[in-house]
Amino acid sequence: MKIRSTRRLRRGAAALTGVLALGLALSACSSAGGSAETGNADDIAKALDTETTITVWAWAPAVEQIAKDFEKEHPKITVNVVNAGTGNDQYVKLQNAIKAGSGAPDVAQIEYYALPQFALSDSLVDLKGFGFDSFADKYTDSTWNSVSLNNGIYALPQDSGPMALFYNKAVFDQYGIAVPTTWDEYVAAAKQLHAADPTKYITNDTGDAGFTTSMIWQAGGQPYKTEKSTDVSINLQDAGSKKFADTWSQLVEGGLVSPITSWSDEWYKGLGDGSIATLTIGAWMPGNLESGVAQASGDWRVAPMPTWEKGQAASAENGGGGDAILKQSKNKLAAAGFLQYMNEGDGTQTSIAKGGFPSTVADLNNDSFLNYESPYFGGQKINQVLVQSSKDVVKGWQYLPFQVYSNSIFNDTVGKAYANKSDLNAGLEAWQKATADYGNEQGFTVKTGN
Amino acid sequence: MTQATISVPAADARSSKRASSRATRYTRSLKGRGVHQRRSVLLTIVMAVMVVYALFPLFWLFVSSTKTQSELLSSFGLWFSGDFSLFDNISQTLTYGNGEFVRWFGNTLLYVVVGAGGATLLAALGGYGLAKFNFPGKKLVFAVVLGAVAIPGTALAVPTFLMFSQLGLTNTPWSIILPSLISPFGLYLIWTYALDAVPTEVLEAARMDGAGEMRTFFTISLRLLTPGIVTVLLFTVVATWNNYFLPLIMLSEPTWYPLTVGLNQWNQQSQTVGGDAIYNLVVTGSLLTIVPIIVAFLFLQKYWQSGLSAGSVKA
Repeated sequence: MKIRSTRRLRRGAAALTGVLALGLALSACSSAGGSAETGNADDIAKALDTETTITVWAWAPAVEQIAKDFEKEHPKITVNVVNAGTGNDQYVKLQNAIKAGSGAPDVAQIEYYALPQFALSDSLVDLKGFGFDSFADKYTDSTWNSVSLNNGIYALPQDSGPMALFYNKAVFDQYGIAVPTTWDEYVAAAKQLHAADPTKYITNDTGDAGFTTSMIWQAGGQPYKTEKSTDVSINLQDAGSKKFADTWSQLVEGGLVSPITSWSDEWYKGLGDGSIATLTIGAWMPGNLESGVAQASGDWRVAPMPTWEKGQAASAENGGGGDAILKQSKNKLAAAGFLQYMNEGDGTQTSIAKGGFPSTVADLNNDSFLNYESPYFGGQKINQVLVQSSKDVVKGWQYLPFQVYSNSIFNDTVGKAYANKSDLNAGLEAWQKATADYGNEQGFTVKTGN
Repeated sequence: MTQATISVPAADARSSKRASSRATRYTRSLKGRGVHQRRSVLLTIVMAVMVVYALFPLFWLFVSSTKTQSELLSSFGLWFSGDFSLFDNISQTLTYGNGEFVRWFGNTLLYVVVGAGGATLLAALGGYGLAKFNFPGKKLVFAVVLGAVAIPGTALAVPTFLMFSQLGLTNTPWSIILPSLISPFGLYLIWTYALDAVPTEVLEAARMDGAGEMRTFFTISLRLLTPGIVTVLLFTVVATWNNYFLPLIMLSEPTWYPLTVGLNQWNQQSQTVGGDAIYNLVVTGSLLTIVPIIVAFLFLQKYWQSGLSAGSVKA
């Protein structure tokens, strides 16, 4: 109950501040930063040798430690890490501070799905100016693609979330269910499990925008296209979107998914007692299972994400994000130095140690990482599955420049289809319409359909 | 009815006879006013349902705060299970994250004492002035106040943020306290209450005796207004204590968070990569958060009730 009410508030917050979003995109107000927006490695080194305090907004637990290590290496820099809220809460504050013209941090954590909103509204510094475009080969294609917007680089990836199928092996064994490799097999497994024990479900889903977009991504859909930062097209009925909605509707209409909202306490409970048997989710999930569902240690395993064709190699990103430098920052060079340390330098190891799934190719292909036998997963070398997934991410995906708002109204549109156990295609069309209306109100030119 | 509830042990014949005669009287009266009785049974049931409805979440909260994080997720929610770890949870809640809960508790107290206290004082002064003095523009003030009552604070949060940002007040305690000082509803309530609670004759008498307006207010009017003021105080205390949206917008530094926003931040840790799921502390923290409000209500409910009815009748 508590969780729901804050959700509603958050949606209210997004609605209120969303109005502010495009004023900036169109007027493109120039920043009054006291320092250069460009510079080479020497300039950055010089800035790091000058007494400076930078503020970093981040909720990832690793950042605190990274900042301490950084301060040790660069004693003249003070890094003030502030947890200004998780995800949407932080974006609301960031958007307000940008609108107000002051109060924004120097560096902010921004998830990939939210990045276009801030990058295309000219609120973030193009990191090409610091030569960070030369890091392209260090990151996975999908994460680098997510931070490359409008011919610029607007963040350095911090983690990634290539998707995989996490399944409760104890439950699968008990009912003699084979691990599904295609979505058709997945639907069959859902029916088999629920018939065998009506208290058990293949998964939970009450409508989750991030999951839906990731599933469409894997199915080859490209519902969102943005050109010249204000021309947007939305087609949530393209082939990929339809493929997902047709299949997933079978689960929703048949009452085969548990009506529990992800990240609630009931969800953690269901993951522990076997009533939620699988999760198709990002590769960062193991850490959350270990800390949140410790009692199910040994029950869970990881398999490749089911695909649409048998034997096909396809996956998608789910969650994950990077860190960006704000145009408001008065210490952009020092901020760039910290950013590089955090997401390209030594900080990456701290992020990985704290449970983040790497976005850096070298770490993904590291032998000890690949051969790590996770005790929680019964000694399985889970990273081999997860790393393979990061290589199979379908190319060409883009998010909307107002995805944060769009995701916040997902439950008012597609969520209704979930609640009524009806066809998700109708829900997607309603979502498309509401999203397009909002975009047009904000000054974008939104085309819908083909 | 009250007699019937006193249990009388049937020790001797006389008392048992009395009891039986009372029983007949009771049945007779039940027959005579059958409709009446049945209706009140229904009301009692409705009352009982409402009481259960109101206390149920509190019961859940209490039961849950006696469980450890893993017990919380693996046991039946509405009954005790495992070790009784309430005190362990409380001490963890108070010390987690360098004792940030205590800090948030102090912040909330500050916002309540200064914000709600100031709002009540201003409402009392303003409401009294509007009720007892005549001046040009009073009708306009009345209209503005009534209009302000209709605007939810949530709608003003973002514009207020932009304004405060210009003044450099965001991310300071002032950004919470200043908006909390304004309570149009409180002003209106004191206004209508003061119209009747403070007789104009008394004020005139005081003036005749040479008391200044300030002295009259603090020595005479304030006492007459006490029930109304306590009502407003309770309203503003509850509003400030529960304030969520304004601090969420205004503050980015967790050091100035009130309990509401802070607890939500703890709750969201479970949604973070590598985050520490601490539902047991969120639940225990919520329990600790409502204790002061419950205490305030128990102590002030006498005034609260009389104030409420006074306001509603005399408005």
